[in-house]
Parts: sequence; C-alpha cells; structure tokens
Amino acid sequence: MSSSSPSPFRAPASGLVALRRRFFALFRGRPETTAWTLVGPGLSWMLLFFIGPLLLMLFYSFKQRGVYGVVVDGYTIEHYLRFADPLYLGILWRTLKMALSCTIICLLLGYPVAYVIAAGGRFKNLLLFLVVLPFWTSFLVRTFAMIFLMRDTGLINTTLLSLGLIDEPIAMLYTPFAVMAGLVYGFLPFMVLPIYTSLEKLDPSLLEAAEVLGARPVARFLRVTLPLSMPGVAAGSLLVFIPSLGSYLTPDLLGGAKQMMIGNLVQNQFTSARNWPFGSAASFIVMALVLVAVVGFLRKRDAGPGSVL
Amino acid sequence: MRGLRAPGWVLAFASLVYFFLHAPLLVLVAFSFNDSKFSAGFEGFTFHWYERLLERSDVLEALKMSLIVGLGSTLVSTVLGTLFALGLSRRKFRGRTALESLVYIPVVTPEIVVGISLLLLFVTLGVELGLPTILVAHIAFNISFVVVVVRARLEGMDRSLEEASLILGADEWTTFWRVTVPQLWPGILSGALLAFIMSFDDFVITSMVSGPGSSTLPIVVYGMVRKNIEPSINAISTIILVLTSIFVFAADRLSNTGGSSSR
Repeated sequence: MSSSSPSPFRAPASGLVALRRRFFALFRGRPETTAWTLVGPGLSWMLLFFIGPLLLMLFYSFKQRGVYGVVVDGYTIEHYLRFADPLYLGILWRTLKMALSCTIICLLLGYPVAYVIAAGGRFKNLLLFLVVLPFWTSFLVRTFAMIFLMRDTGLINTTLLSLGLIDEPIAMLYTPFAVMAGLVYGFLPFMVLPIYTSLEKLDPSLLEAAEVLGARPVARFLRVTLPLSMPGVAAGSLLVFIPSLGSYLTPDLLGGAKQMMIGNLVQNQFTSARNWPFGSAASFIVMALVLVAVVGFLRKRDAGPGSVL
Repeated sequence: MRGLRAPGWVLAFASLVYFFLHAPLLVLVAFSFNDSKFSAGFEGFTFHWYERLLERSDVLEALKMSLIVGLGSTLVSTVLGTLFALGLSRRKFRGRTALESLVYIPVVTPEIVVGISLLLLFVTLGVELGLPTILVAHIAFNISFVVVVVRARLEGMDRSLEEASLILGADEWTTFWRVTVPQLWPGILSGALLAFIMSFDDFVITSMVSGPGSSTLPIVVYGMVRKNIEPSINAISTIILVLTSIFVFAADRLSNTGGSSSR
C-alpha cells in the first residue's frame, strides 16, 4: 500500500478507528519498515527455533566430548576427521549410492507417468490426482504398507508360496532392496509433478513443426520433448535426491542395522551412542551434501534455458 | 495434431507404476477387515480390529494430541507465514534476497537434523519436553511451507485493487480484510492445508521433541509397527488414510469456491 498521503475520500474517524489509522500512518511512505514489520514475527520464530538450533549444533560439532557424552571445554575438529574411518566412509558412501539410485529409478518410473498425464486429455485431472494422493498420505503408513507386503509372512511371500513358485519365503525386508523400494515409493510423486509441469508448458506447435519437417516419433521425443522437459527433470531429481539423502525413517524400519544411512547415524549418536559432538558433525556433513546438490542444481538452472521451479 | 501422444507401451508402463503407487495401500486397507490374526489370507470380514483400537486409551489420547498440535501449529504458522509472504511481496528492499534464501532452508534440511538440533536447543536451555516444545518445532518448520504457497498466489494477484481501495478512502486495515485477504484466500487455505498435513504426519521431528505423555498419533503408530501389533495397525492406518483423504477433499472444495482458480 504505497500511497503516501491519505485519500481525500476518507471520512474522519474517532476512537479505535482513529487509533488504527494513526498506527498505519507510521508505515506510510516507508516500504522498508512495512516489509520488515510484516516479515518480523515469522522471521524471529525461524531465527530462534530453526537457524538458532542449527548454529548451536555447529558449535557442538567442534566441542570435545566428555566421559558420558556430555561436552567439555575446548575445541577440536576430530569429529569431522573421524569420517575418514572406513566404517563411517562406508555409511556415507551407502547413503550417496542409495540417494543417487533412488533418483535414477524415480526418473525412469516417473517420466512416463508425467508424460501420460500431460497427454491425458480429459483424464488429466484424475491421473494427476492419483499421483498427488499418495503424497498427502502419511509417510509412516506408506512405509508400513511396504513392510506388510515384503516381510516373510507378508502378502508377496504368502502368495508366491501358495502358488508353489517358491519353497521358502524370499528375504526381502531388511535388505537394500526393501530400503530402495521404500524410498522410491515415498518420493516418486516429487519426480512426477515437476516433469508434468514442464511437459504441460510445451508448445504443441513445436511438435507439429517437427512432424511437418519429417521427424519420426522417436526423433520428435529425443530432439524436442525431452530437451524442453529438462528443467522439470532437474527439479524433480533435486526434490527426490535431497530427502533420500537425509532419510531416516525408511532405512530405520525397512533396513535394519546393516542398511544404516547417515540419518540413522545421526540419530544413533544422540540416543544410544551418546556422542553429541560426533552426531552434530555427521549432521553437518549431510547438510554439506545437500548444499552441494542445491548449488549444483542452481548453477545448472541459471546456465540452461527456461526456469525450473 | 494435439500435442503429446502416448504410445501403447508407455501407457502400459505408466499403469504399472500407478499400480505400484496404489496397490500397497489398498491391500493394507483390505486386510484391516480380515478376520485372522496372522493375516496370511483373507478369512472373512470383521470390524474386530477397529473395536480393539477403541479399547486402547493411548490411541485416542494420541489422536487428540495430534489434532491439538496440528490445529495449533497450523493457525500460528499460517498467520506468521502469510504476513511473511506479504512482506516479501513488497517491491525490492535491502535484505530481501537473503530472506528468500532463508525461506528455503527448512524446505531442504533433513528432518532428522531439524529434530536433533531442536532437541539440543531444548536440552541446553533446560526446557522440559512436551506439548509446547512440539508446537514450537512444528511452527518452525511449517512457516516456510506457508510462505512458499502463499507467495505463489500473491504473484498472480492484481495489486492495483489494493491501490484503488486506498485511493477510494478505505484505510489499510479495511483494505487488508476486504481486498487483500479475499483475493489471497485460496493461497492461505492451501498453505494452511499443507501445514496441517505436515504437522499431522510428522514422526521424525516430533519423536525428538516430545516427552512422556505427549505422544502424537504417528509416535503411537511407530510403536505399534515396531512391536508388530496386528492387524490393529492396518485399522489405524485405514483411519489415518480416510481422515487425510476427507481433509484433502474438503480443503480442495473450499479453496475452489474461495477464488476463481485454486492453482
């Protein structure tokens, strides 16, 4: 509301209304003050209860560990150096491998779905709704659905046993396969939606032009549709990669101890291992990986044509 | 020619993916009515597992707690987030770029890191864990999501109506309630819906900042999954699925009637 003088049409007021007007008059012609006042309450909350705790954690990650896991005086970088240990490098490597594979699988499964929705004609809304619905459903419930299907007495094994296709249950739960299935199941909608958005924006006359100029369907897809949907592919990949990198619940419930990812290491250090500084350092290593992914994505976006989000 | 055309094999593949997305949940729901404890095959229809749930006072307590946390954190984060978005939508001012980046930090930070860092804060300050700490945490992560959703709506909004209102003699307060809010309403509702679902669903962060006696529904469900209490988990999962579906459907209808377009 940028008018700098009160409107000539404004009726004189008294009491509460007059007080209100005097309050708003303070902001007239001061856009910066107005903006900061509006942003203020939310900003304070986020600084106090989001950024503050993260900084506190950063501080803890450089503290020395006392006998019972409580921090003592003095600073050190030993908690970060501990990641050179093959055990922790292994967890880090597994986390990266899982997050990357999950992103690739989601891309392979999600692209055709996004394509079918974009080409869906009058079924477009229904098809879109069916992808969005699981996104709104409880992550915990969806993870349990995976357990229900994959454990030894689960539906898949009992069905295969009764059909006589196998003699004993296939061990699926607590394997990398189970974790991967859970991650893909959880994050697939994040891949479909941005790809659909960029396919939706695609100008049909470009495809028409390609057809008129003699391009076969495969060439039309590879040289027109696919390149123009790359912003959606990049955004979807980021939206899948980031949460799978930091996932905790999926490996916790579907993976067991051997499939530990870095999120589980963090939780473990704060509960059973009681090594807060090391847990804090592990948290900042995940944060650093996330940052690298985001920065890489932004640089690619700013270099390429079109906007991504 | 009408733009994109999907060949048959792509349609078939996509149908398989749709099956992968929905079959597990449908199976889960079906088996909540199964009259057998060892859920191997379907052995008849029963409401028994739902009755068992009603006998568990911890489930009802947790549902109540989840609703309190969900509604409370949605209310506060929607108000703070909407104001934040309105502030950001002003023309350029010093620090705006920094604020815009700040909004995305909670969106990309892993939940486990958020939960643990808040736990560190509360332990360092000596605050007892319980309902207040859960509310503080949920509001902290929800504000950003509300800001993102409301801003998207603000960008497509015609700001000249506000100018007109001010010139025609309404003061800022009246303009805000009679011009800005009605135009922005679908965005505010979508933001609130997202905040409520995020809060109602959250397990990872809540499990870090909740104390004894302040368990929300996901925490109780997690415990049931760990202890393999069956098929009551199927029953409670079904209830959660139905509740969220009704909620999403209602909110969608509401935000569609509130403005010309919801997206």
